[in-house]
Amino acid sequence: MLSGPPINWVLLVIGAWLAIGFLGIVALRIFGIVAKIFFPLGGLAGFVLAIISAKALTSGVVESRVLPIGLPQLQFHLRMDQLSSFFLLILGVTTVGISLFSAGYFRKGAGTAPGLLCLEFHFFLASMALVLIADDAYSFMLAWESMALSSYFLVTANHRIPKIRAAGFLYLCIAHIGAIAILLSFGILQANTGDYTFANMRLQEISPFWASAAFLFAIFGFGAKAGILPLHIWLPEAHPAAPSPVSALMSGVMIKMAVYGFLRVAFDLLHIQIWWWGVLLLALGIATALFGVIFATVQTDMKRLLAYSSIENIGLLFAAMGLALLFRSYGMNELSALALTASLYHVGAHALFKSLLFLTTGSVLHATGERNLGKLGGLIRFMPWVTGLALIGILASSGLPPFSGFVSEWLLLQSFLFTPGLPQSFLNMLVPVAAASIALVAALAGYAMVKFFGVVFLGQPREEKLREAHDAGTLEKLGMLWLALATVVLGLAPNFLLRFIDPVTQILVGKGLASSSRANGWWLITPTSLERASYSPIYFLLGVALASALVFVVVRIFYHGRLRRSPAWSGGHAWQNARMQDTAEGYGQPIRQIFESFFDLERHLPRPEESEPEYRVVVNDKFWKGLYLPIARITEFISAQVGRLQQGRISIYLLYSFLTLLVTLLMVPGVRR
Amino acid sequence: MSSISIQLINLFAAFLLLLAFAMLVQRRIINLVHMYALQGLTVVAATSVVAYVTNQEHLYYTAAITLVLKVFFIPWILHRLIKRLNVRWEIETLINIPSTMLVGIVVVVFAFNLALPVSKLSSSVSPGTLGIALACFLLSFMMMITRSKAIPQVISFLSMENALVFAATSATYGMPMVVELGIALDVLVGVFILGLFMFQISEQFESLDISHLESLKEE
Repeated sequence: MLSGPPINWVLLVIGAWLAIGFLGIVALRIFGIVAKIFFPLGGLAGFVLAIISAKALTSGVVESRVLPIGLPQLQFHLRMDQLSSFFLLILGVTTVGISLFSAGYFRKGAGTAPGLLCLEFHFFLASMALVLIADDAYSFMLAWESMALSSYFLVTANHRIPKIRAAGFLYLCIAHIGAIAILLSFGILQANTGDYTFANMRLQEISPFWASAAFLFAIFGFGAKAGILPLHIWLPEAHPAAPSPVSALMSGVMIKMAVYGFLRVAFDLLHIQIWWWGVLLLALGIATALFGVIFATVQTDMKRLLAYSSIENIGLLFAAMGLALLFRSYGMNELSALALTASLYHVGAHALFKSLLFLTTGSVLHATGERNLGKLGGLIRFMPWVTGLALIGILASSGLPPFSGFVSEWLLLQSFLFTPGLPQSFLNMLVPVAAASIALVAALAGYAMVKFFGVVFLGQPREEKLREAHDAGTLEKLGMLWLALATVVLGLAPNFLLRFIDPVTQILVGKGLASSSRANGWWLITPTSLERASYSPIYFLLGVALASALVFVVVRIFYHGRLRRSPAWSGGHAWQNARMQDTAEGYGQPIRQIFESFFDLERHLPRPEESEPEYRVVVNDKFWKGLYLPIARITEFISAQVGRLQQGRISIYLLYSFLTLLVTLLMVPGVRR
Repeated sequence: MSSISIQLINLFAAFLLLLAFAMLVQRRIINLVHMYALQGLTVVAATSVVAYVTNQEHLYYTAAITLVLKVFFIPWILHRLIKRLNVRWEIETLINIPSTMLVGIVVVVFAFNLALPVSKLSSSVSPGTLGIALACFLLSFMMMITRSKAIPQVISFLSMENALVFAATSATYGMPMVVELGIALDVLVGVFILGLFMFQISEQFESLDISHLESLKEE
């Protein structure tokens, strides 16, 4: 089954996605065909992609192709190595779930025509796959830009709402600024040879100064796509604006493309690694993670909350990559492989659980029409399926064992424990601070996730209309179930994914974890040695299950054993209504107090004499006022100065051409004597 | 080339420069049209002299086309336009006439200085002709800047084109026939389009004063 070179199959899948997209144009408004046939077909293509890339990873074949398309002299160079295959695997697996969900999710008459959505969606998938197999800067940038454009159109699916258009504009603007930085980075990497293939870039030995310049441009460019500080501002705007499957795809997969691009440049194309790069990346990553998680705890919109949580996870990813870079620069390749494995594992884990969570918000949004946490609540009784699936995502996202998020965070903390081996003493002093921040981030992430789950699904419904909420449809359930299943597998059998990560770290840093990790059985992961550290999710699960069963039995036998229903957390009140429950604002209040200096708070407190008291608090990002608004004002000022040239009088315009003509004539050689 | 023909061409060139200044200061639109026709006639005469002297047959065709187009047809169209739009009145300039004249003199000096090194390169060109052609071109351009009504601007555009043709024929003894035909066609089409625009402008704003276009400026 599926024999032949894997890269041919990848090209076939890309072709299939493009074909499905164009078929969507043909069946522009035939909703049934587009939703019930085309989207599942796209999911099937994703499934094929996942199998192919898994096979390519285990067989270890690296293949290249040159496609005779594009400009003359500038053909598409394609290459599928282990790094590409790993990300293709993530793309394929995630796509299956999201496509199935989309088939049931998109409704008639919501903004863009269904056929157009189908085109944009599959174009988006195809360009992401092309980014991963591109082997020269030209085809990479082409795929990168078409990825940005198609996702822009998906974000602005409901383009009649001005706020959504503004969010789309912000996203597109930052994406383009980032793309310029990536192009500059490639420009440095080709070292004036004029040959933009990655094969040529690998051969160039550029000076440390220019290598650092290329590295910094790469951080800026890929960071803009991934959402690291201070280029994160588009994420919390774009995600609430986009339809939920699109948010899932963007947050789960697209921002991982930035991680891929960064790994490609930092570990593959650059021939040297300098220690301060790792420190810079570590600092940026931790700042981003801390910032993201603190903002996530105070959000009142469920999709914004998840968007900030994505920022946090990207921060963790970059911190792990920074650590890998640091180890690599000192030639400690085993430890570098450990940190890199943590980062790649988190790529997989986050892709699955964050997509799952965004999809559940989509179901909630359809069932209730509300995104505001202050108007949701108690959905566990009306949407049991969605609640259960969301709980899996929440547990993985909070980094609790035995779920997938725990494995990567555990691996990351393990690699931090090895930093005392670093030869620089001041690094040895700084890195424990970083490790402590990671632990803080993990704890706060749990806090934010408890808030998300508790406010949306538990308690009593805060609005009457919530009682009419219905559970997700069959296709939606299937899509979410797939992602939940994958999350559980990643959590319970970490060695399963480690087998696929091993070839990647082998080519990037020359070492891998899989052999030592599996040495003591498939159920146990031991990143370095059994004496040092080990973790077995199966044992853990059994332990938890046993303890719970024991407690249950003991309570049933020795306590009175009667079943009693009473309002939870009623706080001693005789009766309780929905307005008295803990709200999203109330739950986030302690964090808002502790980290007040992080926020730009606008608080409106009611005065005692007001007849209709109103309490309002708006949490703003300090980067808006501190960084983006000044830049916008400077841009506006310069534009206004240039605008003075435009007088609206033809005589003035004619005078401009007249003067230009005179000056140009003066420049004719021989006139100025 | 005989000295009399050079004298003739120089005479026509001087006449052209005089006409350019006259157009710069002329206030009445109807007189502007007459002067434009006269300018065209001068160009025709200069072209014929060059054609006779150099024995180039196609320059006669050029002269004939210029005669039909620029001496009879376009002035006739402009006359009709003026009648239809009823814009015989005196035109106000944006800058007063004496200062326009002064700037014009500076422009002529500049043009002569500019033409000097160019004409030195070529033996066939009399140094004055190219300078005058360039000066006429720049003066017409200036006229376009200083006028506030649409029709005088069109006329100055057309007289710019006359100066170009004069430069081409008198200074370098003609361009290929195809180029000349192309230019002639361009002018014809340009006049039609500009005429159409003028009707639209006068209908929209009930005036041909182009200062009304200022309201189109982006705020």
